[in-house]
Amino acid sequence: MADLTPEGSAAAAEAPLRRPASCGELFRVFNRLALQGFGGVLPIAHRELVERERWLSPAQFVELLTIGQVLPGPNIINLSLLFGDRCLGWRGALAASAGLLAVPMLVVLVLASAYQQLADNPLVAGALRGMGAVAAGLVIATAVKLSRTLAGNPLGRPLGFALAGATLALVGVLRWPMVGVVLGLGGLGMALAWRALRRQEAGR
Amino acid sequence: MTGWAALTGLHQHGWADLLQLWAHFSLLSMLAVGGAITTAPDMQRWLVSGQGWMTDAQFTTGVAIAQAAPGPNILFVAVMGWHVAGVAGVLATMVGIMGPSSLVALAVGRYGQRRADAIGLRAFTAGLTPLTLGLLLSTGWVLTAPTRHRWEALALVAATVLVSVRTRLSPMWLIAAGAVVGATVLA
Repeated sequence: MADLTPEGSAAAAEAPLRRPASCGELFRVFNRLALQGFGGVLPIAHRELVERERWLSPAQFVELLTIGQVLPGPNIINLSLLFGDRCLGWRGALAASAGLLAVPMLVVLVLASAYQQLADNPLVAGALRGMGAVAAGLVIATAVKLSRTLAGNPLGRPLGFALAGATLALVGVLRWPMVGVVLGLGGLGMALAWRALRRQEAGR
Repeated sequence: MTGWAALTGLHQHGWADLLQLWAHFSLLSMLAVGGAITTAPDMQRWLVSGQGWMTDAQFTTGVAIAQAAPGPNILFVAVMGWHVAGVAGVLATMVGIMGPSSLVALAVGRYGQRRADAIGLRAFTAGLTPLTLGLLLSTGWVLTAPTRHRWEALALVAATVLVSVRTRLSPMWLIAAGAVVGATVLA
């Protein structure tokens, strides 16, 4: 856990990595970073865990994030589970993920019920329609940013865009259940990626 | 029973409905390959069109509130549960969406680290990336459902995409700007 790779940043190399002492400390730190994360917690998580607490080297952070992204479920929750589990076992996993979720969940639910009281107010209703449109735009922007990674994908860009377009048509427009689409198109994507990777290896 | 239902906020729903809610979100948990938000189109299809437990507007507002508030975006799932069946609904949706994926994460974290370079794992990620992209676009499309007929709303969506892709402005400011624009032109 504490062996620093040469890729670790200068800041991390200066001081040895620390370890969270208790489940309580894990909960407090993850709660603190969650409450700072407006519109996404990941950038704050990097600042708090790598730069401030020095619990992870930059390389370790990227490694945990990659595993968290490959697995189903929210990346940041997966990261907190993996990190908590490595430090203090399943209790640590529970403490870290509870720290991320407990207090922000209360905040969100209070906001949601406050909205139910105010829903008849035309100004509030208009503001929430605007916020909904922005929420839609933010998600679409994430897809646009992510589409740049298709350049390095073994599937290649045309096939990648075709699969993405088919998913949008089936799930978004035709409203097919997601299970069949993910298993079908996802299976197809994985099989094609597998074949492309095998060819790359053989051509080397 | 009425007192208990009021306490948990079960509303008109019984245990069978809660079990269904939990089971559907557990299934989505295993399919959430690009984050929980990629399952939003299916949640909307199931909750709004299928069960009729929420309206389009409630759904989109729930996602917007969760994105505007601090904390992980997955909390929009808690808002869905809250709308359907109060505290009991929150438990059903959150335990459902977190449970299976968390168990997989812990299992893989403990036993699977060594195989990160294996060709199977790379094919898995590469093959699913286009799907994640398509699911995100679907989520964006579904979220526009309540306001799609207004050109002002579509302009706001387009402006958000542009600013978000071109700049590093925090989403918090965009949501705030959306609230101001919405209160003036979409009220």
